[in-house]
Amino acid sequence: MPLINAQGCPLPDPWLLISDQEGIPESDAIVVPIRRWCAERERLIARQARTGLVLKSGEDVTEILPDLAHVHLIALEFPKFTDGRHYSTARLLRERHGYKGELRAVGAVLLDQLEFLQRCGFDTFVLVKEGAGEAVPGAFRQFSVVYQPAADERIRAGELRKADRTDHEQSRICVGSWAY
Amino acid sequence: MYRYDSYDRQLVQERVEQFRGQVQRRLSGELTEEEFKPLRLMNGLYLQLHAYMLRVAIPYGTLSSTQLRTLAHIARRYDKGYGHFTTRQNLQFNWPSLADTPDILAELAEVEMHAIQTSGNCIRNVTADHFAGAAAGEVEDPRIWCEIIRQWSTFHPEFSFLPRKFKIAVTATDRDRAALRVHDIGLKLLRDHRGIGFEVMVGGGQGRTPALAKTIRPYLSAEHLLSYLEAILRTYNLLGRRDNLYKARIKILVDAVGPAEFARLVEEEWRQIPQDRVDLPEAEIRRIRAFFAQPPFETVPQLDPEFELLRRGDRAFARWVKSNTAAHKQPGYAIVTLSLKPHGGIPGDATSEQMDAIADLADTYSFGEIRVTHEQNLALVHVRQRDLFALWQALIPLDLATPNIGLATDIIACPGLDYCSLANARSIPVAQRISLALQDLDRLGAIGELKIKISGCINACGHHHVGHIGILGVDKKGEEFYQVTLGGSGDETAAIGEIVGPAFSSDRVVWAVATVIETYLARRSGPEERFLDAYRRLGPDPFKEALYAAH
Repeated sequence: MPLINAQGCPLPDPWLLISDQEGIPESDAIVVPIRRWCAERERLIARQARTGLVLKSGEDVTEILPDLAHVHLIALEFPKFTDGRHYSTARLLRERHGYKGELRAVGAVLLDQLEFLQRCGFDTFVLVKEGAGEAVPGAFRQFSVVYQPAADERIRAGELRKADRTDHEQSRICVGSWAY
Repeated sequence: MYRYDSYDRQLVQERVEQFRGQVQRRLSGELTEEEFKPLRLMNGLYLQLHAYMLRVAIPYGTLSSTQLRTLAHIARRYDKGYGHFTTRQNLQFNWPSLADTPDILAELAEVEMHAIQTSGNCIRNVTADHFAGAAAGEVEDPRIWCEIIRQWSTFHPEFSFLPRKFKIAVTATDRDRAALRVHDIGLKLLRDHRGIGFEVMVGGGQGRTPALAKTIRPYLSAEHLLSYLEAILRTYNLLGRRDNLYKARIKILVDAVGPAEFARLVEEEWRQIPQDRVDLPEAEIRRIRAFFAQPPFETVPQLDPEFELLRRGDRAFARWVKSNTAAHKQPGYAIVTLSLKPHGGIPGDATSEQMDAIADLADTYSFGEIRVTHEQNLALVHVRQRDLFALWQALIPLDLATPNIGLATDIIACPGLDYCSLANARSIPVAQRISLALQDLDRLGAIGELKIKISGCINACGHHHVGHIGILGVDKKGEEFYQVTLGGSGDETAAIGEIVGPAFSSDRVVWAVATVIETYLARRSGPEERFLDAYRRLGPDPFKEALYAAH
């Protein structure tokens, strides 16, 4: 299952997933379940190598907010593609809590979700199945217009219209009418 | 009404091309049906009992004559020559082929229409008072805010995989014609010394667990609508149940935590949202508002003498005026409802010929605009009194002038087991039999306002919970039975109907409705006491006795 970035390019994955029971290596970049982070936070923070967290859907980030500066990767897991809780989690991490590290979508991640995921602040993605070649980069930009702000930098239509007006394009946005 | 600009147009066209690609991948076998299902559902394409069904969004129930002609054309070219108007102000085509659907969507996009978010667990088509812009006492046209919500909710990246579907309705007068209290969010526009705002109601719905929405904020400044909606949706997205399909709607969450606590959670979330970033700039609100400016009404007398003469001289015309027209805010104008409930017909169906003819009549008499009502009728909302007689005469041969709006044969019925794969029982034939049994016009008038609503399963697409008489189809060991509820209401005095007793077999259901009506007629205080008022005064006992005592 390939790891890709928001340009659709495959990435090497140096991260090692450590379960609740496994021993913690000193030197590898590891990802641990959020419970384990909470239980062993001091030891994990003191480690030389980078540490990341994985959150299942429904697990709350509140507990780890004070530690965000020490976290280098947060993997949000989608148990089913229809479980959309982590779209909100991602936006809150990025927009409210200022998380700057890698935000990774794992689990039931399908091609047709990539654009929404990226808009909510994810920057790496583990696809459930191999993308159809060049289809992957296009999947991030199926739509050139957005109507609402999110965690990305895209400018919404309402703001573009405002800019159009100041560009004296009044005629283009005049009130049209079907019949009268 | 609203017109697309280049941004709106581009988005809808990109959607068509995206779906064309997905259909090609399905037809070539690259996608399995299981993989294709969520993709087609996001475009309103369902697989029903016998065929695909395409649900087209009619935002806030407003159509131009051009758009209606396109729907007529699509029905003729790609379907069987008719379409079905639904309780969500949408239109369903029942027989499109999968291979044709990209072309249908392309034809819709040409007239600024789409099928985006007409299914799936996302924010669905926003509905409105179908008399918007014509009703007296309106704060302003509620469709301004519907269009603002439509754009904001379109492909919302955070709210496209909610626990369950999400329905928002908006009104702007004290009369509730949009059934606010049975929506996930009901927004009532109001004005006080602070300016224009909304009463925000959350957690209504029908289905297996009917609930009336609770007011969580009596006044929200209108400019903050979108940031407040974001707070509600985010709270729901994070906390709504996902373990059980039937407990996933926001009404269950509001009930579980309590309305006061839910309101607190929303307010807390809202305070942390950068509102300036989410709410629309004032100039953009002004831009959208301008599209809903009043049409150029003529200055005419309050009462047209010629109309009055015709009304007094023609009993059939007077009857139609009484039931199928409503007061307009502009002197000398009237709101006309075209009945899609001919006696013995299929509620909500319209043929291509009817749609084309209605489009022409809209151009002649009502500024080229048509409304879809949530009670499955159409309306021309800006008609001069002086034109009513000519319009009525034109509607008669089209079978669109049945004088029954708001009366016992103006029945809402879901498609039921004739089409729908979720249904337990048929709805349409029951509606047809009741309608034929009650078709005597004098008797219909004597019964007065009576709303009968029929659903073929507990999902309640036919709104049976809020029918004055509600009928729910159930399956009893492979046989169709019908459970009757009484006293429901979807208006400003909203109430959930009460089950009157054991269900009736299919051949007894018409008798049961007739018996309820007989009981009402015998017990009402006078002809002016409506069925709903009489039921509220009398309670269920006299009806139970009439229905069950002798058997």
